Amino acid sequence: MSALITIARLTLHEAVRRRILVAAALCGVAFLILFGIAFHFLALDQQGRNFAEIIQRRAVFAAFTLVGLYATNFLTVMTAVLLPVDTLSGEIATGVMQTIASKPIRRSSIVLGKWLGFAILILGYLALLAGGVLTIVKLRVGILPPNLHIGLPLMMLEALLLLTVSIAGGTRFSTVTNGVLAFGLYGLAFLGGWVEQIATFTNNATVSTVGTVASLIMPSESMWQLAAYSMQPPIARAIGAGPFMFGVVPTPAMVVWAGGYIVVLLAIALRYFSKRPL
Amino acid sequence: MPDPVIETRGLRKRFGPKLAVAELTLSVPRGEVFGFLGPNGAGKTTSLKMLLGLVPPSGGSARVLGAPLGDRKALARVGFLPEHFRFHDWLTGRELLRVHGRLHGLGGSALEQKIEALLQRVDLLDAGERNVREYSKGMLQRIGLAQALIHDPDLVFLDEPTSGLDPIGRLLVRDMIRDLRNQGVAVFLNSHLLGEVEATCDRVVFIKQGRTVRELQLADAPASIEVELRVEGADDGTFDGLAQFGAILDSGPPIRMTVREEAALPDIPAWLVGRGARLYEMRTVRRSLEALFLEVMGEDQRPG
Repeated sequence: MSALITIARLTLHEAVRRRILVAAALCGVAFLILFGIAFHFLALDQQGRNFAEIIQRRAVFAAFTLVGLYATNFLTVMTAVLLPVDTLSGEIATGVMQTIASKPIRRSSIVLGKWLGFAILILGYLALLAGGVLTIVKLRVGILPPNLHIGLPLMMLEALLLLTVSIAGGTRFSTVTNGVLAFGLYGLAFLGGWVEQIATFTNNATVSTVGTVASLIMPSESMWQLAAYSMQPPIARAIGAGPFMFGVVPTPAMVVWAGGYIVVLLAIALRYFSKRPL
Repeated sequence: MPDPVIETRGLRKRFGPKLAVAELTLSVPRGEVFGFLGPNGAGKTTSLKMLLGLVPPSGGSARVLGAPLGDRKALARVGFLPEHFRFHDWLTGRELLRVHGRLHGLGGSALEQKIEALLQRVDLLDAGERNVREYSKGMLQRIGLAQALIHDPDLVFLDEPTSGLDPIGRLLVRDMIRDLRNQGVAVFLNSHLLGEVEATCDRVVFIKQGRTVRELQLADAPASIEVELRVEGADDGTFDGLAQFGAILDSGPPIRMTVREEAALPDIPAWLVGRGARLYEMRTVRRSLEALFLEVMGEDQRPG
């Protein structure tokens, strides 16, 4: 256990020392400033007093908040893949791993320690961005999206899913192969999610199955769809308006699938890494 | 040999069609400085990685400190300096040693004291707060050596510890190896710098194409003694008689022969004179490990 903590601390230490944390924070703050300015002027524009105008106002603010959270989700997912993509394969290639793996520690502590360290970083990044977006919206117009207690954990789950793919790939593949695979899977899930939506609108069962299979292979996009659906105001959900219109919403079983996906993928990676030559 | 720290029997490693280590059988006793010699690609590093549990063997058996390969209790008493030591270079020297100490389960003031003592020992006390990235090749090698000793191991594996070191650095490493021997620590030295090996090792084993081909005691005997004799009237009887002391290489003149042990040297002129031969000159040539290395590897050995 102490080895796992040492590796996790080393991972956090590296992020600080190599200025990864500073770079991420600067990008995050830049994103929030941009979002804040845009939201401010949008709010200035929506000054109506009658009932219809107030409803419209609310819908526009809710939609724009979701756009902000969508960008947050995208940035977090990219970071979750890129940040750890080199950590295992790179250390194996340079021989750093030999010095660590010959210590009296379990090899699984190395992988789990890194996973833990990066998970803290990624979730911290997500908290900074999502917290920033929601704070700006709350301060400017005084409303918040509903069901944040469902939406935000789903976004976290998606980030952890891609983090796990990136770490697991690193136990087996070179850095470039790992990166291509992780982004490939993310792309597949993205496409699969939209294929499912379009198939529902056109009533094409075969195409819908293709989309479902893609979501099962990589459930990341399903997590965002569920999160976005739950954080829409009820009115937008009812009339199907807003930037994320859903003809079909992934079932909650997909959340269980995603959780199990993380556990099983990590277990396979640990097993493989414990036996591979270094 | 009592209480060996390393014992292997027919250890083998195959990577696909390539047999990296064919048959490794050796025994290293406690406190010995053991040299593992061979050309590049002979299987030295693979053998060492198997002993450290980094690479699983394909066959054979081995025990390190009495435990099976990769056993964590045994690894807790093993130090390792890999060839071209690399570590997270954004750490300072002191932080690097601290991380390695923690991975060994050490901590607190005992670890801090050990770090200071080791930095002093490898002459890096003034560089302890600098990033390892800024270290020279020799400094990296020295911090790597300190890292291998952070937990006072009973067995240390050093893979080419003096490569990239200047003569002063080499002397320091040689000195540290002597200290380790005096403390009863066994050292497994993987090297092809034969001068270094000759100066530090008690015993060497030559490995060629993944097999141990020759073993040699260095501690109290030179690698091999060659004798040149100028004798008048040598006949078949002379050669037959000389063969009791060693092997005739050249019937001469002058006669060239190898002698099995130094103690046999005074017996050679005594025997010749007793036989009535006229001995004009006897010269002993101590061959360097390098000459022996080339002989053991054979002429078919190409640069690795």
